[in-house]
Amino acid sequence: MEQSLAVILTIVTAATPLLIAAIGELVVERSGVLNLGVEGMMVMGAVVGFAAALVTGSTVLGILAAVLAGVGMSLLFGFLTLTLVANQVASGLALTLLGLGLSGLIGESFVGQPGLKLPTLFGIDGLVPFSLFLTAMVSYVLFKTKLGLVIRAVGNNHHSAHALGYRVIALRYLAVMFGGACAGLAGAYLSLAYTTQWIENMTAGRGWIALALVVFASWRPLRTFVGAYLFGAVSILGFVVQAMGLGIPSQFLSALPYLVTIIALVIISGNKRLTRANTPACLAQSFVPDR
Amino acid sequence: MQLILEKRSDRSAFFAVASPFLALLLTLLAGAIIFASRGINPLEGLYVYFVEPLTQLWSVEQLIVKATPLVLIGVGLAVCYMANVWNIGAEGQLTVGAIAGSIAPVLFPAWQDPSILVVMLVMGTLGGALYGLIPGLLKTRFNANEILTSLMLVYVAQLFLDWLVRGPWRDPQGFNFPVTKSFEGWQLLPTFGGTIHLGALFALLACVALAFIMAKTLKGFEIKVMGNAPRAGRFAGFSRDRMVIFCFLLSGGLAGLAGICEVASVVGKLQPQISPGYGFAAIIVAFLGRLNPVGVLVAGLLLALSYIGGEAAQVTLGISDKIAKVFQGILLFFILSCDTLILYRIRFEFGRARSLMAAE
Repeated sequence: MEQSLAVILTIVTAATPLLIAAIGELVVERSGVLNLGVEGMMVMGAVVGFAAALVTGSTVLGILAAVLAGVGMSLLFGFLTLTLVANQVASGLALTLLGLGLSGLIGESFVGQPGLKLPTLFGIDGLVPFSLFLTAMVSYVLFKTKLGLVIRAVGNNHHSAHALGYRVIALRYLAVMFGGACAGLAGAYLSLAYTTQWIENMTAGRGWIALALVVFASWRPLRTFVGAYLFGAVSILGFVVQAMGLGIPSQFLSALPYLVTIIALVIISGNKRLTRANTPACLAQSFVPDR
Repeated sequence: MQLILEKRSDRSAFFAVASPFLALLLTLLAGAIIFASRGINPLEGLYVYFVEPLTQLWSVEQLIVKATPLVLIGVGLAVCYMANVWNIGAEGQLTVGAIAGSIAPVLFPAWQDPSILVVMLVMGTLGGALYGLIPGLLKTRFNANEILTSLMLVYVAQLFLDWLVRGPWRDPQGFNFPVTKSFEGWQLLPTFGGTIHLGALFALLACVALAFIMAKTLKGFEIKVMGNAPRAGRFAGFSRDRMVIFCFLLSGGLAGLAGICEVASVVGKLQPQISPGYGFAAIIVAFLGRLNPVGVLVAGLLLALSYIGGEAAQVTLGISDKIAKVFQGILLFFILSCDTLILYRIRFEFGRARSLMAAE
């Protein structure tokens, strides 16, 4: 009993960063922007959050710094793709490469240092309920409020939204910043709750898995929740199987989340009804107002 | 103040040429700021990083050795991106190419004649191409996003390599290190005297061949049309699916070749890490080279310089060589922003003008 409870708790800690990052990216994509830089923003959040918490001695300040780092990175992306209308795919890749490089440089002196841990209650830290609240909030705002309607309108047809007087670029900036804040927070979760140390490239593709989760969830917040917990379970499955001592090489178990991501993408993307109805029509398209 | 983009009536010929140079200049400027922030004289820092490696013969050789995989992979990716096919998993294709090419020397360590080298190169290229084919097929058959699938496969390939060299392929006489038996004799690429190996020639040939294909053949035209005007391409009878498969086979094959060339020269055996992220840096090479095979050649040398300069900076200035990845990321950012100038004119509008607009 106690053991299964421990397993469930690890699944929750594995799922939470995925959920937070994916929810942020979902809002970004709903507004018609594809930010492939989640991994870069997340890893920056991880290193900045870790460093700030260690230096100030406060996990709260660490989390705040991580969120700011994520927002800062996302503004770089926003400037490039929204103001300078650069290719969104290439710019997102640039953000990831820059984030991985910069975090390695910043974090070099923190490698191997013991970090701070978010306080927990019955093994649950504060960000777990927050991530659930965030999911519910985003779901509510997107589908039950005018703001959500406008975000979706901008993502589905930016020309019409512009003609109606909505400020497409400004709104997309806000969405991109929200995505950055979430990615930064998700990164801090990795270095302050999931583990309590800084390891280079510690996001290990979680930013990309979060991107895949958005597709998997067909741009629906509540399905993102289900997806994140499924993926959390899969990534923990490795450890459980290893503990059972079945003799399966650990590398194969570590590869499981990536393989499951591919399989999930194949299953969902093959379903035209699901994807066509929900994909924001203007996803990854640049917009230049014709005034 | 507001920044306004105005569409040019034509592509700017000037900025089409000048934008990579402008991006380089801005990167150097950013580099100077980074050096200054770390308490290093910016001019000295830039000299050690970007100039000094070019003044010594051995480091110029190193430059070409490091540029080899970057150019091989970058030129394939350039064609992909030209056709709007987003293969970002070249690092994984490189890894599988290295593994597939190493099958022969690992299983038959006594095989010592020129034929094994041919087998290694062919197997490496095929391995990379087939591994690239996976995201290609998932895209055409199931419409699965090739960016995500190709990237996920990088992790899978690296974990597979890790298992191989720690498990079945580990050298029993290797003191328990996770490495295969070292390749020797004909299992290694011949060199041109120093450290520059046959792979450099392959890279050069790949650039020439693809430059020819892009400029002079129907296939090259098809690639450009499918990238710039997919609808027009469909009317012309070009198949999007066949283009995706072609691009993945080509870029995967070149990445695989780069992988086996690295293993059969610089590394000399299989080990958990065989590339310092060449597959990702090659993305920058492709863009810096303006997706043009000849441009890629120059860009590959430049990115190689960023690796070597990083090592030099670590030795001489005592600054982490991780700064290389930062420079590479910043460079890609500036390239992408400067490319905006090709199609747009940038105008700054100050507060007053904007409030007038609002009053209308």
